[in-house]
Amino acid sequence: MPTLTPPPPVYTPEKKEQKPRTPQGPGSGGKPPYRKRTGGGGDGESWDGKGGRGPGERLRRTRPALIFFLIGDAMFFFSLVVVFLVEKGAYHVDHGIVVNTWHAIPIPSILWLNTAVLLLSSVTMELARRSIFHEQHVMDEWLGLGKPAARQALPWLLATAVLGILFLAGQWTAWMQLGMRRGYEAAYQNASLSHASFNLFTGFHAAHLAVGILGLSACLGVLLFARRVETRQVWLDTTAWYWHCMGLFWIGLFALPVGKPAPPRPRRPEAFISLMIHSGPFSAAMRAAL
Amino acid sequence: MRLAEALASWSWWRRNVFTTDYRVVGRLYLLLALKAVAIGTILSMFMRIHLAWPNARLPFWGVMKPEEYLALLTMHGTMMIFFVLTVAPQMGFACLIAPAQIGAKRLSFPRIHAAGFWIIAASFVVLLLAAFVPGGAPISGWTSYPPLSAIAAAGPGQAMGMDLWLVSIALFCVGAVLGGVSLLTTIICERCEGMTWGRLPLTVWSWLTGALLTVLAFSVLFDAAVLLLCDRHAGTSFFVPASGVINGMLVNARGHDGSPLLWLHLFWFFGHPVVYIAVLPGMGLASMLLAGFSRRRVPGYRTMIATTLAIGLLGILLWGHHMFVAGLNPFASSIFAVTTMAIALPSAIKVMSWLVTVWRAPAAMKPRPVPMLWMLGFVSFFIAGGLTGPILAQPILDSYLHNTFFVVAHFHLIMAMAGVFSLFGATYYWFPLMTGRMMNERLGRWHFWLTIVAAYSTFLPMHLTGLAGEPRQYAQLTGIPGPAGALLARLQPMQIHVTVSAFVLIAAQVLFLVNLWRSTWSGEVAPENPWEATTLEWAPAGEDLRVVRGPCEYGEEGLSYPQWEQLVQQPLDGPE
Repeated sequence: MPTLTPPPPVYTPEKKEQKPRTPQGPGSGGKPPYRKRTGGGGDGESWDGKGGRGPGERLRRTRPALIFFLIGDAMFFFSLVVVFLVEKGAYHVDHGIVVNTWHAIPIPSILWLNTAVLLLSSVTMELARRSIFHEQHVMDEWLGLGKPAARQALPWLLATAVLGILFLAGQWTAWMQLGMRRGYEAAYQNASLSHASFNLFTGFHAAHLAVGILGLSACLGVLLFARRVETRQVWLDTTAWYWHCMGLFWIGLFALPVGKPAPPRPRRPEAFISLMIHSGPFSAAMRAAL
Repeated sequence: MRLAEALASWSWWRRNVFTTDYRVVGRLYLLLALKAVAIGTILSMFMRIHLAWPNARLPFWGVMKPEEYLALLTMHGTMMIFFVLTVAPQMGFACLIAPAQIGAKRLSFPRIHAAGFWIIAASFVVLLLAAFVPGGAPISGWTSYPPLSAIAAAGPGQAMGMDLWLVSIALFCVGAVLGGVSLLTTIICERCEGMTWGRLPLTVWSWLTGALLTVLAFSVLFDAAVLLLCDRHAGTSFFVPASGVINGMLVNARGHDGSPLLWLHLFWFFGHPVVYIAVLPGMGLASMLLAGFSRRRVPGYRTMIATTLAIGLLGILLWGHHMFVAGLNPFASSIFAVTTMAIALPSAIKVMSWLVTVWRAPAAMKPRPVPMLWMLGFVSFFIAGGLTGPILAQPILDSYLHNTFFVVAHFHLIMAMAGVFSLFGATYYWFPLMTGRMMNERLGRWHFWLTIVAAYSTFLPMHLTGLAGEPRQYAQLTGIPGPAGALLARLQPMQIHVTVSAFVLIAAQVLFLVNLWRSTWSGEVAPENPWEATTLEWAPAGEDLRVVRGPCEYGEEGLSYPQWEQLVQQPLDGPE
């Protein structure tokens, strides 16, 4: 059915009267905007009838909001990374021995497969996003000639959702494998914080992906049932950028446990002190003092 | 349409719960802050009684136990910092005023914003519940340093009470980030025609900066709260050091190398920006109100914008100055000392601008309106509390002063009093927008003078007791043997002076409550633009507006040029 949006309301600015300019008179804050869009989008209206209509108007709101949300989210994951690095380097002294209880976790090989799946899903998501913005098809949809853009986006969207679910299943497998190994290790040595950190950040990332899959399902509903082409575009666009970001976050997080192990620490305080003495600028004086 | 008129036509549920109107949500935030400030003030009253007369028998209570004092301390701090100084200026007034000041017709995401409020309201309820569970409220202060906050056996309130505290904080973070994202998007996307960045009122710039800080800082605090909950219940030990002993009990027997310092980093990464979230809106308001009532431009408008942003940026780079005595690397301390002292620069520029604005203004409103008095009070506290900032920023001086009442005096002047004075100023100033009535002028003046005298009388002596060595966060300072006891006994008269002053300060607030109540129902009806302000929240409601100049433009003899110009809508198909 044709879904024509009503034409934009037209505003005619009143003829401006020239106010006498006193020495302290008005007019700060830059040149007066006349025939030039300044400020925000108003309320979906633009007084000179130029610009500010259509899907761009709503995307102009959702995109900044998503960016700010993802900045906060990135800070959250970043602090998890900081925690990981701090715990990795932490040590204590037990009866004169410097002890670092960190045991690097063995990476389950399925995680590499998961990474590939997630990257692939980002590609399918981008294909879905691009097809919903295909100019010709969008024009057809706007005129009410079927839903060609939505029809093209739908399979890619489904593929993304399937790949996302596959990724989550893969993560679950990895946790199970690690859990079994940890149970085995715990029998004879202390389980390390590395497991906890790993579970924590993969867990939070999986929760974020689950939200993404909810978003994909919502997109599915919107593609099928939403009346306005703008609604479909806004939902798909927002979900797509969120999804891409989750892929990016995953690569950042996965690089941590996979990354090179820290250089071995000196195991005994004596060694630690001798290291300081021999590398310090006052090594000769200190050696003499000792 | 004024808020009161709009509300009259709505049902109770729509008015109070399922509302997405920014004015109503803003009012809900402010009412929540009012409840929290009342509770927090009563808690502080009991703390002051206990410090002055530790063996007094309180009615229905008896003699206060040390853990009860610490629980009061924790709840007072949490209540005031989260639910008053964050909620009221950065969420309440921002939600109520910012959309109007930028000429927006609505928030970008009204439902998300409203959801943010209800999550914060839930967080408030959870925090209150912490006082009523077995063991009572947590006792590790509003900063909740581990390992004492990570171990349930560390104290009476550290079991269920501490869990609820953490859940409350985590909820608060979620609500704050939602509100922050919505506010940021609104300010960026919903400005009306002609509202360029250079014309944005300084209050809006402050809220923008504050919202950015909110998004950055509360995300990290959420992480910290989740990790501490894991330490308490999921068997991890992110913050518990290996083989520590608490109350004669071995904790973390598995020997994981948790780091309490890590919590401090995560917490203060949030904890310092929140100071600026609390006080930046006051700074913006001071600029706008002092200029408005002095009938002058804001001197150096762009500089004021730049200093607001600079304070926001530096505000996230100096959290380490809370940790000078916590085992921070001395080199890191030096860096944090430098960033801390650097913030004096934009702050001093702001103070200069305020002083220049009010200095010998020929067309200033006389007598000084009540909101202006409060903002002058804000400036006074900002200077008085700010001057001790560079002192505490020195790691060497801080190592002596950090755990004394000197710090209590510092942050109660710069954050609590300055923040609260800006809130009072905002309330007296924007009250007509909320209710359509003016607040009583005479009561307002009494309220102001009593409050400022009592506030200085309460918090200035704390500098002296702190310099003398009176420690903070101690439940009892009497009956200690040896020279320390003798020293503290000499300070006892000053303790009593502080307590009496605090009671006068609290009593003065009754005037405010009376004024609030009376003016809401029977105050003088406010004219359209009672202060002849230039910013958009005072523009005639329901009109299509365009902004044609910056704020605070005044002609000769105080003639005000409002920012807006009305647009005439030409109907397409005749009248509807």
